[in-house]
Amino acid sequence: MSQQGGHIVPYRTFVFVWLALLVLTGATVAVSRVHLGALNVWVALGIASVKAGLVIFIFMHLQYEKPILKFFLFIALVVLAIFIGLTFTDVLYR
Amino acid sequence: MSEAAHKDYAGAKLGMWLFLYTEILLFGGLFVLYAVYLFRFPAEFARASNELSLTFGTVNTLILLTSSLAAAAAVTAVQKGARQLTFWLLVGTVITAAIFLVNKYFEWSAKFHHGIYLNGPGLAEAAPGEVIFFSLYFITTGLHGLHVLIGAILLTVIAGGVRKGAIHTGDYVKLENSALYWHLVDLVWIFVFPLYYLIL
Repeated sequence: MSQQGGHIVPYRTFVFVWLALLVLTGATVAVSRVHLGALNVWVALGIASVKAGLVIFIFMHLQYEKPILKFFLFIALVVLAIFIGLTFTDVLYR
Repeated sequence: MSEAAHKDYAGAKLGMWLFLYTEILLFGGLFVLYAVYLFRFPAEFARASNELSLTFGTVNTLILLTSSLAAAAAVTAVQKGARQLTFWLLVGTVITAAIFLVNKYFEWSAKFHHGIYLNGPGLAEAAPGEVIFFSLYFITTGLHGLHVLIGAILLTVIAGGVRKGAIHTGDYVKLENSALYWHLVDLVWIFVFPLYYLIL
């Protein structure tokens, strides 16, 4: 039995994603040099999340995988959100 | 006629993804600590962050992104049956990983030189928030660096498998899973970089 049916992503797609990641890296560095107060962290996290999405869905092929893998990612992120959320309900109101 | 051993490719990949999700939660714990202390010591974190080299951080980001591109392209190459190209793309991934680690070595050395390490003289006068920043910096980038090292060793073994013909168009799930691991390393760095190097 051989491994078949895997979605083949063209090299071109990967190069475009890579270019987008480079541009976003430039953007995050540029924005970080401007003082925006607390907004700096949120902008940095926003750009990082977009980059992470590109890596997960294209580089890691998640876009072409079965729904169950996407569902598991969702669960992992929800667990992480609960983890962060519950920590901050303690930290913020101590 | 002998039948090839049954292999569950979908299961292998599912297992890898589950492992990666536990890795996300492992690093997630460190990011939660970072978030809590950033909230408590915003000014001290900004001051400590300014002592990190923006150049090293940015260059290493570009190196890891390029490394990830090579790993992703290696999967396409193996799917298309381009054995030589797969091999060299993996070699490229490992070389960029090595460059990343060499940069990390110089970066950490510079910090050590200034007495910035756990309990080091450079931190004796520092405010508590700065000490916490550097503790988290060393633990997070150290754990990440360990992942880079493991990933590089893994990809070297895989490159050997491609060369010997053990990993090919008909059976490449090991390459796929190793590439996934490598992308996770990249993913963690995508968050480490702005949080540690770019805080004002």
